[in-house]
Amino acid sequence: MEHIRLPKVEHVKLLDRVSPKKSRVGTLYLTATHSIFVESEDGVRNETWVLHSLVCGVEKQASASGVSLVLHCKNFQLLQFVIPEEKDLQDILLSLQRLSQPESFEELYCFAYKPNVAAEERQREWDFVDLRSEYKRMGLPNAHWKLSPVNQHYKVSDTYPSELFVPESATLPVIAGSSKFRSRGRFPTLSYYNRDNHAAVCRSSQPLSGFSARCLEDEQMLGAVLRSNPRSDVLYVVDTRPKLNAIANRAAGKGYENEDNYSNIKFQFQGIENIHVMRNSQQKMLEVCELRTPSVSDFLLGLESSGWLKHIKAVLDAAVFIAKAVSEEGVSVLVHCSDGWDRTSQVCSVASVLLEPYYRTLKGFMVLIEKDWISFGHKFMHRCNHLVGDQKEVSPIIDQFLECVWQLTEQFPCAFEFNERFLITIHHHIYSCQFGNFIGNNQRERQQLEIEKRTHSLWSYLWSNRAEFINPLYRPNHSQTQGVLRPSTAPYCFKFWKGLYNRFDRGVHPRQSVEDCLRTIREETEQLEDQLSSHKQVKVHNGSSTTDSDGRLWIIPDLYPSWVCLYH
Amino acid sequence: MEFAELIKTPRVDGVVLHRPFLPTVEGTLCLTGHHLILSSRQDNTEELWLLHSNIDAIEKKFMGSLGSIIVKCKDLRIIKLDIPGMDECLNIASSIEALSTLDSLSLMYPFFYRPMFEVIEDGWNSFRPEDAYKDLESMTDEWRLSDVNKDFSVCQSYSPLVAVPKGIDDDTLRKVATFRHGGRFPVLSYYHKKNGMVMMRAGQPLTGTNGRRCKEDEKLINATLRPGKRGYIIDTRAVNVAQQAKAKGGGCESEANYPQWRRIHKAIERANVLQESLIKLVEACNDQSHSMDRWLNKLEASNWQTHVKEILTTACLAAQCIDREGASVLVHGTEGADSTLQVTSLAQIILDPACRTIQGFQNLVEREWLQAGHPFQLRCSQSAYSSTKPRQEAPVFLLFLDCVWQILRQFPCSFEFNEGFLVLLFEHAYASQFGTFLGNCAADRVKLCLPEKTVSLWSWVNRQQEMERLTNPLYEANSLVIWPSVAPQSLLLWEGVFLRWNRSSKCLDEAYEEMVHIIEYNKELQNKVNSLRRQLAQLETEDPLLQSP
Repeated sequence: MEHIRLPKVEHVKLLDRVSPKKSRVGTLYLTATHSIFVESEDGVRNETWVLHSLVCGVEKQASASGVSLVLHCKNFQLLQFVIPEEKDLQDILLSLQRLSQPESFEELYCFAYKPNVAAEERQREWDFVDLRSEYKRMGLPNAHWKLSPVNQHYKVSDTYPSELFVPESATLPVIAGSSKFRSRGRFPTLSYYNRDNHAAVCRSSQPLSGFSARCLEDEQMLGAVLRSNPRSDVLYVVDTRPKLNAIANRAAGKGYENEDNYSNIKFQFQGIENIHVMRNSQQKMLEVCELRTPSVSDFLLGLESSGWLKHIKAVLDAAVFIAKAVSEEGVSVLVHCSDGWDRTSQVCSVASVLLEPYYRTLKGFMVLIEKDWISFGHKFMHRCNHLVGDQKEVSPIIDQFLECVWQLTEQFPCAFEFNERFLITIHHHIYSCQFGNFIGNNQRERQQLEIEKRTHSLWSYLWSNRAEFINPLYRPNHSQTQGVLRPSTAPYCFKFWKGLYNRFDRGVHPRQSVEDCLRTIREETEQLEDQLSSHKQVKVHNGSSTTDSDGRLWIIPDLYPSWVCLYH
Repeated sequence: MEFAELIKTPRVDGVVLHRPFLPTVEGTLCLTGHHLILSSRQDNTEELWLLHSNIDAIEKKFMGSLGSIIVKCKDLRIIKLDIPGMDECLNIASSIEALSTLDSLSLMYPFFYRPMFEVIEDGWNSFRPEDAYKDLESMTDEWRLSDVNKDFSVCQSYSPLVAVPKGIDDDTLRKVATFRHGGRFPVLSYYHKKNGMVMMRAGQPLTGTNGRRCKEDEKLINATLRPGKRGYIIDTRAVNVAQQAKAKGGGCESEANYPQWRRIHKAIERANVLQESLIKLVEACNDQSHSMDRWLNKLEASNWQTHVKEILTTACLAAQCIDREGASVLVHGTEGADSTLQVTSLAQIILDPACRTIQGFQNLVEREWLQAGHPFQLRCSQSAYSSTKPRQEAPVFLLFLDCVWQILRQFPCSFEFNEGFLVLLFEHAYASQFGTFLGNCAADRVKLCLPEKTVSLWSWVNRQQEMERLTNPLYEANSLVIWPSVAPQSLLLWEGVFLRWNRSSKCLDEAYEEMVHIIEYNKELQNKVNSLRRQLAQLETEDPLLQSP
């Protein structure tokens, strides 16, 4: 509370960016966790709540109606308040700047967010997504893959999870040796196993090969990965970086695998740019989204020069390559970038979505993020800037993953159990800090912070609200749902995701939603089914007793199409 | 028979057909007077049955003795025929070229086509101006139906019957016609029942450089204003374009002579610019390179989406003047047969729920395009692939359909028809077995005896099985005005037309079927419940014991 210089300002105007006439006047309150704008028009009490942890920028801006305060949010909301008194504005500005940049873990919202939930219930929340059962679902351990104790207490790699699957033939010394030859000790380990043909997607960081260094254990490790796929005599090694970046890394003693030193590998670059390029690209794209009344040319040229869709395409192209290798050729793939927690997470998880129908379900998608992002140490703290820190570490890597999945849902409307709202909600909470899942950069940090004891899990929250997130077109037995997805990555197949980046600009979205409509119809259908089945039961019952009229009148309550409830 | 002369080689065996997303087929190629047919003769099914008039351009390629003809269609599809034998290939190519560019309208396929279906309602009589006027009469007595143009002498491109203000007699109309481009005097386009405001359309006034005026013209359009009210003139041309038109005898209404009207200029591009835009867009969509930058760059450079935005914006403006400002509107550009019709017809889609039904939309196309004299023959004689120098070709109607599709995407439950209907109209406007889109105006249709000699597209569409195919299962009548967003983020590339042959639509089609299935299953259950409810009610009346207390 000590950061709030001014808890309340009256006569504040919240500007509407598109139509200034629609601006609203009200009172702005600052609380420990939120800014709250309460519209003071008589009769209506319209509230706008903005979580401090979602604010990524506060600035003063001169506008036609006076000096205003502009709030940029991590969920792409943009708010502009006109505050009459310069001094008040300054106080709010300074307060918000401090409130939106927590300096210690203790200030994060998840530690203050305390829904009325008992301790055992909280543990059940955290147990909802369990990676051990996920590996079991994949069919592991088996004759080819084993659970390795090597990273217990995070001794080999402090950014890896403690439980990892490695090839059956990989001995502890081989793993230890290989890990010394890889950045941050991130040795090759299993990400996804295809039980149909034994091909696997493995991940690691770059080898410390420099210009000529070799490591026997690392070579043996890759050999072990190759052997764990008995039907294949080759292993693909995919370096997701552009070749130039990888070459530059050699000068720093890092680099990529030399095909000559490893037996039976095929090496391939994929050309996904680094976190800095991605950060700048998104920034440029957002500038385009924020244009007040752009022409079509402004928009398309801005989108082109931001390069954003090009990067999305690069990630999807890489994932398609891997999915094809695994599903069609039955070849295992080792994926890495530099540290193996950004591009590698993107590519492995998108490939998994393509390969495995389970990851296209609500639960499976949560499991996938838990596995390839959270457990493998994607640095959410740094990438999402949860605590005030180095701006150069911030990058929308997870945004790109969610967008790739969204692009796939556009191409395969029946293949996903979840809808766009699900992706947007996950995005929102990755940045909101309301749940503990995305706090800390890796498993070790989360254990130190006792996240499971002190915070709540997003996954069980999403699960208990799953009715909102179901795609009405999804059917488990639909042909699109089965098997591997083979998307087109022709440029015109990529769309601008206005649902996320222009999420708060209500005007640009369709005025009626097919999905909402279908959802209502399906709900009504379920009611009808219930009624018909209860009718059958009563009918059977009736056979023995015709005098019982109670149940019968209850059979069919009034039912009329209720799905005509659209916007206007 | 003239066709025989043009067909040098009527039949070639061993021809291989390549089509997007379909397996290649080897079979016999046959040329008839109106069709290119390829059949594998496997089980007597035709693999390809292509109207010559659908062919926009062809290319020949030779590899040794194997020749290939690449056929580019007006519906934007590209197919390839591998033909063994150089001579055969050359003969077929020159025949196709000749047959697909026949100049004489009377040789067109609609004059030879005999329907294989039962005509329940003759589409040529489905949308008569008399009937439209009856509807108008039920709402207002301020308009009359004039037959001043019954022999097309006053305006070549109008239909014989037009609605004009009641107080304006035919002599006045004749005078006004001399003051408007192409004789297109202001006529009623739309009556807004809610507030009695109207939308009229016309050709540009022929003011010329010295500001000629026409009292009758002023009288006519002022007659549509309520006392003390002002109206809006929406000129679909930019100010400078309208000014330049004066040098050629055209111009726009001056404030001095039309003090009760406020003139607003919008910049919808002219025919040749739109045609160039279509060619560029289609070229971008067919670009095989996998570069995102290149795609976005070409998409932007085509300007297609810009045109969509301009047209929609202008239509919204017209609708806004009528519905929000409570003012009447006169729309014109130069001839009043292109951008004018885009604006007046889209404004009606926005304002009038009736235009969003299948019948109502046909009625709109009939009234605001066919009877209003949009020159379909000139505009649609070539599409995006033609290498011949464009004369008057322009995708004016296609842009209108694209705009309707944009609104449909934004209001997916407010249209009785689906995207398929719009695609169908696009196809038939460019090549068809039906006579509906032949000719340039009502006078042409009379001269060519189209109603007697050809079948109307509407006769075919308005049958149950076609209607079912074209019906939007989500439709729920929406009596409100629907305001589309024209933000660039809201405007999408019309994949159903422009990417139709470039990417497989299998998954999207499946999603549509799934949607239909969900809705049909719901209806089925509702019917079951309703019938049970009826049974119950009957039981209750029959058996007093069962009656509720």
